[in-house]
Amino acid sequence: MIEWIVAILVLFGTAMSLLSAFGLLRLPDVYNRAHATTKSATLGILSILLGAFIYFFFTHGVSSIRMLLGIVFVFLTAPVAGHLIIRSAHRYGSPLAPISVQDDLTAFHTQQALEEDKVRPVEAES
Amino acid sequence: MLNTVMLIAMFLLSISLLLTLYRIIKGPTVHDRILALDSIGYIVIGIVAALSIYLDSHAYLETILLIGILAFLSTIALSRYMERGVVIGRKRGD
Repeated sequence: MIEWIVAILVLFGTAMSLLSAFGLLRLPDVYNRAHATTKSATLGILSILLGAFIYFFFTHGVSSIRMLLGIVFVFLTAPVAGHLIIRSAHRYGSPLAPISVQDDLTAFHTQQALEEDKVRPVEAES
Repeated sequence: MLNTVMLIAMFLLSISLLLTLYRIIKGPTVHDRILALDSIGYIVIGIVAALSIYLDSHAYLETILLIGILAFLSTIALSRYMERGVVIGRKRGD
């Protein structure tokens, strides 16, 4: 019974990871690729790690606290890393795909920069 | 039964590793490569978990936390460097 649960969890995680790799290969620009990678890789890796934790808990009686810590760490940091990469890409000016229709963030950033210049005209740049 | 499942899982994860490696080599912009490196870190974590079930030993489970921390820190460092030119800066507020 436990073996079946572990096998289903690990195969589901593997399928999600493979799908995210195909998304990384096929989608047109950085932002769509991040959409594919971050969500699916997080869900897939979490289900693989949960399967490993269940297997070692029910067959060996080992509840490894480092394993739980690793699960929590991956669950917390994968969305943060994806968000940081995409914010960096947008500020760096990576081009959108030609089929994109709207980009509100560039207008927001330029307006914000103008307001900052109005409030603080002279400031030492680090 | 579980050994065969773990072999299949490791095979499929290796295929996804190769696809991600293609994006690293081909990627048009730098951020594609950073994204693919981040994804490679998570796929390697999955391969280590499947390998530890296959070998029936819980000696590899510390590696998962270690690879997770290293992948996260390298991603943060690379994206901050591409964003403002320094890794550890003094400017606050964003």
